[in-house]
Amino acid sequence: MRRRRFVRRLLVYAGLAPFVAFAVLPFYWMAVTSLKTDAETYNLQAMPFLIRHGITGEHYALLFQQTPFLLWYRNTVAVSVLATLGSAAIAVLAAYSIVRIRFWGSDGVAVGTFLTYLVPPTLLFVPLSEVVGRLHLIDSYWALVLTYPTFIVPLCTWLLIGYFRGIPRELEESAMVDGATRLAALVRVVLPVAVPGVLTTVLLGFTLSWGNLIYPLAFTSSTPQKVLTVGLLTELVRGDVFYWGSLMAAALLASVPIALAYSFFTSYFVSGWTAGATKG
Amino acid sequence: MTVRAGALDTAAPRVPAVGRRRSAEARLGYLMVAPAVLLLILLIAYPFLMSLYMSLTDEYVGTPGRFIGLGNFVYLLHDDVFRQTAINSVLYTVVAVGVKTVLGIVLALLLYALPWGSRLFRGVILLPWVIPTALSTLAWWWMYTPPYSVVNWMLMRLGVISQPILWLSDPAWARIGIIVVNVWRGLPFYAITFLAGLVAIPRELFEAAETDGAGPLVQFRAIILPLLRPILSIVVMYSTVFTIADFEIVFILTRGGPMNMTHLFSTLAFQVGLVSTFIGRGAAITLFIFPVLAVASFFILRLVRAGEEYA
Repeated sequence: MRRRRFVRRLLVYAGLAPFVAFAVLPFYWMAVTSLKTDAETYNLQAMPFLIRHGITGEHYALLFQQTPFLLWYRNTVAVSVLATLGSAAIAVLAAYSIVRIRFWGSDGVAVGTFLTYLVPPTLLFVPLSEVVGRLHLIDSYWALVLTYPTFIVPLCTWLLIGYFRGIPRELEESAMVDGATRLAALVRVVLPVAVPGVLTTVLLGFTLSWGNLIYPLAFTSSTPQKVLTVGLLTELVRGDVFYWGSLMAAALLASVPIALAYSFFTSYFVSGWTAGATKG
Repeated sequence: MTVRAGALDTAAPRVPAVGRRRSAEARLGYLMVAPAVLLLILLIAYPFLMSLYMSLTDEYVGTPGRFIGLGNFVYLLHDDVFRQTAINSVLYTVVAVGVKTVLGIVLALLLYALPWGSRLFRGVILLPWVIPTALSTLAWWWMYTPPYSVVNWMLMRLGVISQPILWLSDPAWARIGIIVVNVWRGLPFYAITFLAGLVAIPRELFEAAETDGAGPLVQFRAIILPLLRPILSIVVMYSTVFTIADFEIVFILTRGGPMNMTHLFSTLAFQVGLVSTFIGRGAAITLFIFPVLAVASFFILRLVRAGEEYA
């Protein structure tokens, strides 16, 4: 009996191994390429997964000294933070009001946010570029701060509706009996309890902003206005010369904040998981 | 459903104080949803109507479009590149969603059977879904690039192939290559969602089946599949929308080539509408995503509502 269980465990791990390798391979490859000398990278006889001739920082140095990488990084942080915080504020107010306050049409608004949450960003980039043009925001990253909420707000609102429903009404009702206004009760009583849910949605929204490609590609074109996704793709690949080492270094550095955020918030995040799909 | 109890209460004359308070509450409610509603109307509903109108014009950059009825749609349906794109999009979506569903179930079952370390494994398995696609696809690009393609190196070492594959320049392999990346990216979402469904199945069901002498295959068919069906359908429909609307993977790896064999609706719309600036025609192309979205959201909404009722 014990042996059978041992064999079963072994089979489970053996079955998982290829999935884990598949999941990790591109990231491992990114890291290895970014640290290897060009001589070793472009040596077809070498074993590609190992670094035998010492690690080098030259690809990172090139990235920081000869490319606008840091500028794009700054733009990406600014756009993602502004778009996510703005969206989160809008979404918290809307979700709370839909769940707790009775007014005609609240069901309609809930269904509306759900339907728009299903709208992929690729459906609307053509007319949105026209809207952005009319607002004279073409080739400005402010266009992104304006348009990213179109996918963050529906997602966050939908998730928070589900989250606020799980918080007992009595909490804020007792605060309101003691004389607190609705908004004060929301800020002082409900939000502190809802921290995991709000954090999850903020994190999801932030990740979507950080990684969006089609809007910055459609709305920005000059180097100082670019964000990471577009900058790496359009300017780190020069003509036929590929700086693979630097490109991989850049992709890795751009992925790190997202990976860190998720590793800190995994437990929060998994609780909001099933409802929080953002891509499939 | 439309007239809620709260709205009726405000008119109730018996307790005027409460009534007044309720209507003040309703006003606050409207005020609180107003920013979200404004955003939905101005930046989603209005642009959507705009793209409906634009698709009926011959708008070209700098010139106001003339109304040409269904001209763009007629043109597109006779256009070889568009037809190819439509075939690509359907093929890409059907194959990728199918593979993700099957592998997703396998991976979920493995994670479910995991004796320990499930948190660590879950974290690692999630990486491809968590890291933005626009960044991780850069690594895939490099992994596919000959003659340094590490994918080829592995396949040759394993003896699967004897000649290097031209991943992004051979039409058939380019299609397979983009599907592999899509599966890689989406699989964690399928697996973790299915896992959540599995965990929700009462253990007693499996125990009862075991005492009745049912083997793992029978248990899978008689217990797991039927109970997982609602989650399975939601995930498949949701993923169908986002797979057919995919952009990053194709744009980074192939830009729709070779010979338009990997164009999806979104990449062709970007090419036609924003690069070649046939804006009306580009808008028309994106609208082909809409029927898929409409059908899927109808069913998802129904399933989610059904779930709420017994939850």
